[in-house]
Amino acid sequence: MQTSLTINGTARELDLDPRTSLLDALRHHLGLTGTKKGCDHGQCGACTALVNGRRVNACLSLLCMHDGDEVTTIEGLGQPGALSPMQQAFVEKDGFQCGYCTPGQICSATAMLEEIAQGWPSHVTEDLEAQPELTIEEISERMSGNLCRCSAYPNIVDAIRKAAGETA
Amino acid sequence: MRPFDYHRGTGIEDATRAAAQGSFIAGGTNLIDLMKLEVMAPERLVDINRIEELRGIEATDGGGLRIGALVSNTDLANDPRVRRHWPVLSRALLSGATQQLRNKATTGGNLLQRTRCLYFYDRAMPCNKRAPGTGCGAMEGVNRILAVLGTSEHCIATHPSDMAVAMMALGAEVEIVRASGATERLPLDDLYLLPGDTPERETVLAPGDLIAAVILPAPVEGRQAYRKVRDRASYAFALVSVAAVVAVEEGRISRADLAFGGLAPKPWRNRDVEAALVGQSPSEALFDRAADILLEDARGHGDNEFKIPLARRVLKAVLADLTTGAAA
Repeated sequence: MQTSLTINGTARELDLDPRTSLLDALRHHLGLTGTKKGCDHGQCGACTALVNGRRVNACLSLLCMHDGDEVTTIEGLGQPGALSPMQQAFVEKDGFQCGYCTPGQICSATAMLEEIAQGWPSHVTEDLEAQPELTIEEISERMSGNLCRCSAYPNIVDAIRKAAGETA
Repeated sequence: MRPFDYHRGTGIEDATRAAAQGSFIAGGTNLIDLMKLEVMAPERLVDINRIEELRGIEATDGGGLRIGALVSNTDLANDPRVRRHWPVLSRALLSGATQQLRNKATTGGNLLQRTRCLYFYDRAMPCNKRAPGTGCGAMEGVNRILAVLGTSEHCIATHPSDMAVAMMALGAEVEIVRASGATERLPLDDLYLLPGDTPERETVLAPGDLIAAVILPAPVEGRQAYRKVRDRASYAFALVSVAAVVAVEEGRISRADLAFGGLAPKPWRNRDVEAALVGQSPSEALFDRAADILLEDARGHGDNEFKIPLARRVLKAVLADLTTGAAA
């Protein structure tokens, strides 16, 4: 199925079997292996990428459904020597152990800060109409779609708070 | 995944015609997963994501909202009108899934998502819903998450939605475009079928019938709450949930619109429970009587028996919260 989309700022044309997930298209057909395959069922978040600015599970989406979309992967957020504030914070705060979930964590956290800036409430937000604060409880709830089997959670939270401070 | 024919729908008529031999796809967060497991294998997928008429949230003349089928769970939960006037709906949505999933999942798709029964998902197991006539593995198996109300001897699956439970308490209606082109409005309660002898039939929709929108009636007086009990603090389906809109006037309950998740094959509403509460003064004895009515026909199957006392406690807690300190 012919699909035209923008990936990390570059226009791409792909003609693949409609069964191809966005995740497999990125990894197998475009060489963008930063986005990881964990469970492949939307449960772990390792495949988190941004579609039109919003974080999604790339494993639970078909490439052919993204005609005209703008996709940003971990490679599009920053590169060695020019890391994004969130990538830099994960390095400085040691927000990982094995690193497999890290691209998904970073894409997810990057979108999360934007969501908070836009005032989106979460399950743990006390007042649905107030500006949410970046508490540990809020970060934990909002990042619950990204699992870390090494349990680097405390440092992930520290990295997110550091990145939030730098970008505020 | 089995091969399928992919069709990008250009309009409602085009999509309903194309889906007569296939399935609509919107967010895909449940359907793609089920297709990977080959629990579902539609011959054709009709992608409705580009159909403008299915987008957007509009105010209705009656003071309610018309929520397009493609509105994402995120956009619905965040809508300022929903947050202010229908907070039970925002709360239910925010308690479900993860932010990544809510960004993709749609209003129509959420209503039609399939059960998370382990036996439905495992093709090596018998399941009357997935493969009619093969039996039910869950009945005497691992059924902690499954239903205690509205079940049949053939199926004890639960409907997994949080959103639909809040919509049920709010008296929502569903706007359907039939494959014939006719448009109908149904109370949400009438969309769903109980399993009976045909657990494979979950709704009144026929192939090609499309949910176009959900209509919320005008907001009503009262306090709202969505209380969800689950096995972990985030990203888990409800074991028991209660959506409630409760008002108290001059010391007596004047409204008690209640719906329950995690208990039944559909979002569950029992008007007898509500009738028993309205007109009465709030008390623990009254709340127990309401729970008695709710759970009169409840039947556990081993693992899930805990849901019966749990539902009682959650209902009583919600009613106590919403009636305590309420304006006279």
